[in-house]
Amino acid sequence: MASIRELHQQLITKKRSAVEIAQESLDCIQALEPKLHSFLCVTADRALEQAQQVDAQIAAGEEIGWLAGIPTGIKDNLCTQGIPTTCGSKILQNFVPPYESTVTGRLAAAGAVMVGKTNLDEFAMGSSTENSAYQLTANPWDLERVPGGSSGGSAAAVAGGECPIALGSDTGGSIRQPAALCGVVGMKPTYGLVSRYGLVAYASSLDQIGPFGRSVEDVAIVLGAIAGHDPKDSTSLKVAVPDYVSLLSPELRPKFRIGVIKETFGEGLDAVVSEAVRAAIAQYEAMGAEIVEISCPKFRYGLPTYYIIAPSEASANLARYDGVKYGFRAENPPDLISMYTQTRAQGFGAEVKRRIMIGTYTLSAGYYDAYYLKAQKVRTLIKQDFEQAFAQVDVLVCPTTPTPAFKAGEKTNDPLSMYLSDLMTIPVNLAGLPGLSLPCGFDQQGLPIGLQIIGNVLREDLVLQAAYAYEQATEWHQRAPVL
Amino acid sequence: MIDREQVHKVAHLARLDLSAGEEEQFTTQLNGILDYFEQLNELDTTHVQPTTRAIDVSNVARVDALQPSPEREQILESAPDRETNIQGDFFKVPKIMSAD
Repeated sequence: MASIRELHQQLITKKRSAVEIAQESLDCIQALEPKLHSFLCVTADRALEQAQQVDAQIAAGEEIGWLAGIPTGIKDNLCTQGIPTTCGSKILQNFVPPYESTVTGRLAAAGAVMVGKTNLDEFAMGSSTENSAYQLTANPWDLERVPGGSSGGSAAAVAGGECPIALGSDTGGSIRQPAALCGVVGMKPTYGLVSRYGLVAYASSLDQIGPFGRSVEDVAIVLGAIAGHDPKDSTSLKVAVPDYVSLLSPELRPKFRIGVIKETFGEGLDAVVSEAVRAAIAQYEAMGAEIVEISCPKFRYGLPTYYIIAPSEASANLARYDGVKYGFRAENPPDLISMYTQTRAQGFGAEVKRRIMIGTYTLSAGYYDAYYLKAQKVRTLIKQDFEQAFAQVDVLVCPTTPTPAFKAGEKTNDPLSMYLSDLMTIPVNLAGLPGLSLPCGFDQQGLPIGLQIIGNVLREDLVLQAAYAYEQATEWHQRAPVL
Repeated sequence: MIDREQVHKVAHLARLDLSAGEEEQFTTQLNGILDYFEQLNELDTTHVQPTTRAIDVSNVARVDALQPSPEREQILESAPDRETNIQGDFFKVPKIMSAD
């Protein structure tokens, strides 16, 4: 499976055309989709058209960027003009956005070739992609297991080799958790580094778009292309975007300090995950890093805090699905209120309804202070834990998930046990920090294990440097699933 | 604790038409989830300021100038029902007023 660097080299030396590379990706999708079900929609015509444009640029002697001609999967909660965007929900079954999200627009301008829209948990609410209203996506390492979620389609597509890169969104772990479960690299940037314009909102104070790839360098290239200020998103940060790729080095900087969050090695962590992450820490030590044990005592409160804040924001964000302006409307409602209640009852799946109910309750009169305000205060405490940690270290490490991929159906009837799979990733969203997951081992059954690297605000450079140095010193990323 | 009646009320506030089965299931599940939230009370937050956003950006404004909306027809076309009459283009909804 080729990297962006290799594909770019093939293109500029005219060994292969962009159309050939796009066709290879489309053929792979056609061959694997009956097993993986990563894509909700394959955009073959548009892909070949975009590839032809890249070939024309090369033929005309124009210089092309890293992403020109690179097949890309796009999570189906990112609006793509003229191409259906369902969010994995029945309520948006026939929705064709009249506008383009900033990130997909930037990728297209960079010459990236969109091969299709990937499957997700409905409205990005879930940790296994089983909440999609359309299909179940399989984990390429074991088809009976889930790919994680909510960006499970993007993770599975990249892990299975259907496309080298993909975009996802991460509200509580929805990029890092599926990246860990599928054995690929996935990154959630600092809140505000990447524009959310055109990302269908789930929990606006937490949502952030980020890349998937099979290597740290590929992820760094995509991040560089999508990051940067956008006047269309008022939470977008006005900061210069570093050239992340040029900062990567197989050597760690001298005196690189890595903090190990000790509370993440407690109860509920699989022994095999603990062992793999401990071995990764030992590897860092051998590479010259200073290892510091860090205590984040409020870390474990992240999960209950998140499951108040995210559903609260979701209940407000999802009020727009009323059957009036776009999407699904229930048939023949007797009056306006019934049109709302029936449209929403028929259009939303169980988990979305559950979160709307939680959020409506926690925001309602009499409960606001006890739940929503309390959660916002605990959010401050969690943030302070991280601030204290980053006064001492360059990056923090911990497992990405408590366990490797679980079996489909195993947790669908117990929402709380499903929520627990985001235990390690959620605090990072609450504090708005960048986080990355990369492969750091495999269990006895050959299922991948993820290492999470967390950085301080806008220190994507340090996160990527730590990840790249580890990747270059190990061979986990060279393994691929047999499909 | 949340009971079946409250679940029914919250569903109405959220404009969700829940079936009897869903109401029952959500009552059980929401109680489990609300129980789980209780652990936040272990933390004293009396003097803690709430965080509404992780990275604060303030006073974001833009020039108050007209911008074209070229997608007008596409936006209307997305509606489940629409009507164009002598007064203009509209999203169409079922009758709001009742006869009495």
